[in-house]
Amino acid sequence: MNAFIHHFTFEFRTGIRNKQLLLMNYLFPMGFYLMMGFIMAEINPPFREVIIPAMVVFTILAATLLGIPDPLVNARENGVFRSYKINGIPSISILVIPALTTILHLVIMTVIITVTAPLLFHAPSPVNWLNYGLIFVSMAIACAGLSVLIGVVSPSSRMTVLWSQLIFVPSMLLGGMMVPYSMLPDVAGKFAQLLPATQAMNAFNGLAMGKDAAFSPWGSVSMLLASGILAFGLAVYLFSWDSRNTIRRGHPLLALLVLLPYIIGIFLLA
Amino acid sequence: MLEVKDFRKTYGSYVAVDGISFDVKQGEIFGLLGPNGAGKTSTLECLEGLRIPNGGSLRVAGIDPVSESRKLRDLIGVQLQSAGLPESITPDEAMKFFCAYHNVAPRIDLLERLGLLEKKNTQFYELSAGQQRRLVLALAVAHNPQVLFLDEPTAGLDVATRVELHSMMREQQTAGTTIILATHDMAEAEQMSDRVAILLKSKLVNIGTPMEITATGAGLTKISVRTQTSSLSAAEITFPAVNQYKLKDEYNIYFSTDIGETVSAIITHIDAKGDTLIDLRVERPSLEDRFLEITSSGIAQ
Repeated sequence: MNAFIHHFTFEFRTGIRNKQLLLMNYLFPMGFYLMMGFIMAEINPPFREVIIPAMVVFTILAATLLGIPDPLVNARENGVFRSYKINGIPSISILVIPALTTILHLVIMTVIITVTAPLLFHAPSPVNWLNYGLIFVSMAIACAGLSVLIGVVSPSSRMTVLWSQLIFVPSMLLGGMMVPYSMLPDVAGKFAQLLPATQAMNAFNGLAMGKDAAFSPWGSVSMLLASGILAFGLAVYLFSWDSRNTIRRGHPLLALLVLLPYIIGIFLLA
Repeated sequence: MLEVKDFRKTYGSYVAVDGISFDVKQGEIFGLLGPNGAGKTSTLECLEGLRIPNGGSLRVAGIDPVSESRKLRDLIGVQLQSAGLPESITPDEAMKFFCAYHNVAPRIDLLERLGLLEKKNTQFYELSAGQQRRLVLALAVAHNPQVLFLDEPTAGLDVATRVELHSMMREQQTAGTTIILATHDMAEAEQMSDRVAILLKSKLVNIGTPMEITATGAGLTKISVRTQTSSLSAAEITFPAVNQYKLKDEYNIYFSTDIGETVSAIITHIDAKGDTLIDLRVERPSLEDRFLEITSSGIAQ
């Protein structure tokens, strides 16, 4: 427990101390939130209705997808994991603790957004706080798991950016934050259901914000949790202590299994 | 304390280590020498449990590094050649963090001893190369390991830190710690090691005390002589048992296979010429000389 506390404390401080992580955890989401609140809400007043869930989802995407994978790849490339292995630090701690500390940073940012949005932008507050918290946790677990998995299977920082952007950019466009899911063409809508952002926005709308969900909101929560747990499981299974390791437990393409809950969801929730 | 028997490590078709065997006793400082690509790192990494051997057997403190790697963690300390610490960690955090995983109290005294106390809240990337190496060493010994692996421990360190580090190694040895020292610094290996093993082209080509290893070479002893009136400088003067001669900075330098015979003849010659001896130095072949001899000839004993 003592080891966990020291490890957690160090990783949490790193989230503020490291300029790149500080940017992804706080500065980028905060800047985007203020910009969207002040500009977008004026241009498009209905955006006020979703500003809280949309900005929370954006914050989660930025902090996890853009913040978690690269430090993992760098640590592996620089021999930090080798040093950890020699000192008996288990792989599960290496993968889970950065995710947990990122979630703690996300809690702080989410509280800031949730408290300030009604005051600054007259945004409606959630009507069901318990569900709001549950959906936040589910989305955070899904994205943190996915990000850790990207960090584990990416051979280099360059590939990390590619994989992360492959999820981040479509999430911004199709995830229901900027354009409501109901306005998407059918094919784009099906593709959007593969994205955690779409599921989170659907669940927020249906279960926390008092609006209509486009499809089963509890199904969305289940998919987020299932994919998050699956992602962490796959990350632990595919984890490699160093880049020169010639023995791998599985092919990196196994990571695509993380999409399975969403694919099943498309058929079950159609 | 450490047993290596018919150890073999391959990477695909490349043979990194080809059936080497040696033992290391408890409390011994054992130098592992060899040019780049000789198999030192592969040997160390398999002993540290970082890689899986392809043949033979390894035992470290009575433990198989592959099947009992969890047990091994508290018994060994490793200073890797690369820093291997997160960029943003401070010495204070690193000490608490690593000691917590080894279930021992943080050794802040080691930070003080290695001159890192003032830097205890400085992030790792802001430390100098020497400070980084000192921190990694402090972390490696903090849990009092039975076996300590040091990979190029003094590379990039200033003289004072190097002396301090050697003193720490001796203390660890006195406390019963076995030290495996991989280094390219032959003077360090000769000074610190009780025994050394030389790896060349994936094979073990020589093992023994530094004295034994230097004694098995061509055995040329360097004799440097300076006199008042340069009575030795004539090139035609020859002395018994001398293989090579050169003149450098007013010193007549002889490479001899028999020190006694050569020195005696030189003194006799100086007396006979009425000259006066100013300086006479005798240098046995160093481990570095012998190492270069072995690696350049590529012999496999």
